Amino acid sequence: MFQVRIHGRGGQGVVSAAEILSVAAFIEGKHSQAVPSFGSERMGAPVVAFCRIDDKPIKLREPILEPDALIVQDPTLFGAIDVFAGLSKNGYLLINSKRSVEELGIADAIHLPEDNARLVPATEIALKYIKRPLPNAVLLGALAAVTGVIKIDSVTEAIASKFPGKIGDVNIQAAESAYKLLSHNNQEELTC
Amino acid sequence: MLKQIEGSHGVSEAVALCRPEVICAYPITPQTHIVEDLGALVKSGKLANCEYINVESEFAALSVGIGSSAAGARTYTATASQGMLFMAEAVYNASGLGLPIVMTVGNRSIGAPINIWNDQTDSMSVRDAGWIQLFVEDNQQAVDIHIQAFKIAETLSIPVMVCMDGFILTHAIEGIDVPEQKQVDKFLPPFVPRQVLDPEDPISIGAMVGPEAFTEVRYIAHQKQKEALKLIPQINEEFKKIFGRDSGGLISTSNTEGADTVIVTLGSVIGTIEEALDEQDEKIGSLTIRSFRPFPLEEIRSALQNAKRVVVFEKCFAVGIGGIVANNVRMAMSGTNIPVYEVIGGLGGRPIIRKSLHKLFKDAVNDKLEVVTFLDLKKDVVDRELEREKQLIQSGSVAENVLRDGGVVNAAKTT
Repeated sequence: MFQVRIHGRGGQGVVSAAEILSVAAFIEGKHSQAVPSFGSERMGAPVVAFCRIDDKPIKLREPILEPDALIVQDPTLFGAIDVFAGLSKNGYLLINSKRSVEELGIADAIHLPEDNARLVPATEIALKYIKRPLPNAVLLGALAAVTGVIKIDSVTEAIASKFPGKIGDVNIQAAESAYKLLSHNNQEELTC
Repeated sequence: MLKQIEGSHGVSEAVALCRPEVICAYPITPQTHIVEDLGALVKSGKLANCEYINVESEFAALSVGIGSSAAGARTYTATASQGMLFMAEAVYNASGLGLPIVMTVGNRSIGAPINIWNDQTDSMSVRDAGWIQLFVEDNQQAVDIHIQAFKIAETLSIPVMVCMDGFILTHAIEGIDVPEQKQVDKFLPPFVPRQVLDPEDPISIGAMVGPEAFTEVRYIAHQKQKEALKLIPQINEEFKKIFGRDSGGLISTSNTEGADTVIVTLGSVIGTIEEALDEQDEKIGSLTIRSFRPFPLEEIRSALQNAKRVVVFEKCFAVGIGGIVANNVRMAMSGTNIPVYEVIGGLGGRPIIRKSLHKLFKDAVNDKLEVVTFLDLKKDVVDRELEREKQLIQSGSVAENVLRDGGVVNAAKTT
């Protein structure tokens, strides 16, 4: 089983991201389960969503306590909650930021293989394609590139099914852009 | 067709496939998505010949449902939590009048203190109201059992509640096989009401019944619930033939054969329990109660008779006595010497996690469980508040004190 925990703030599409990821896994014939953390979600409040992907039916219904991958859609969360809780030693970390881990003050909190922790200028990419600061689809493109747990084509197909038409199209462009950027595995490009 | 959809959406599609003629809706978390989706299906014309009635409260939702069902329309509504309390009088009326309404309960706690999260207190608050109560384990069952619920309700002319854990199921997106319309049409014939209010042939129902007949009316209601004990498995078999899926009937068991310890539960927590059981070596079985009303005393007794101990895990409890499900299970086990332990967990949405379950299982097999255990109870916080109450007459609000002592928020100050 591969478990993804997505942190962000209300309005950033955290719950939609988990849903799209689960649909992408479903498209690949896998079993998946997406669940929002349950709360009174509202604009700006910290929000968490979970997605499990497996080859067999998923019965587990506890929150994801030990994620294999962590997506942080909003870097201002680091001071507010323990985002890194339970992250597996060989897990993956994707942070929406154009700054470095040192600049974010989280370098000491990250104990992962070098290529597994990646900073993605997701808001900037979203503004370029979607014209709104919605980093969720961008980070799913990045997840496909960095983890290989899901194919980018499945992610884009899932985006298209959730958001048919223009909104879907620009989100797909944004996701593909992040996929290309991260697939190059070139840290320098990430400071765009 | 297999789809990756939200549990609520699956339920709305299943209800629509049953061709309801009246849906009365008042939104309350966590069932809101179900009635919203149904509203969209009616508006788009995908669900035809159905009147969707927005009402001003839950009391109205079920009262309108009583009217439409009495007029011979297949009727559906949904509720949760305080909404269930607000419609409580109508809940008793629907069953007392023998009206086969189907209602989803997106299980949620009851306040005060206000809490929107999952437990099963709402359904349990009306467990003895005369409705059939079916609890589902996952969203596939939620879909399948709603379709069966209409048939059970209409065969016996009594209402059915389908109870699904709020958020944990209603908001979970997972693979659901949504049946085809022609399969459902084959399974579920059009509604033929046992009684009908018809302006062309006026009658009244629900008139005063005095001491000379009230006992008999109640006795018949009880007999109908007993008939449901036979009917629910029968309808499950019929369903299996057409749809190829087994929803379990009254109870389902796993590895109970030769197990000294059996965990009994209801609802979605069985998924996490089974995962946790797979991770350990003790021979522990599990039993999930699907039909809580009627309560399958004989089936449960027979499934548990070779156990050395029974542990009932439930997301509700009766303040002042203890576990509600546990006490029903004790009734099933009366006359045996098999101890029934009760574990209360998941209240107000506290996550039920494998780590806590592993300790629980270990304590259970070693006979170290107390009769009543509150899983993951923060004993220090409880002790601190009880001590405060001893020391101070004006010790303040318990809920706010507990929030503050638990470090959750900087809640109201006490002196």
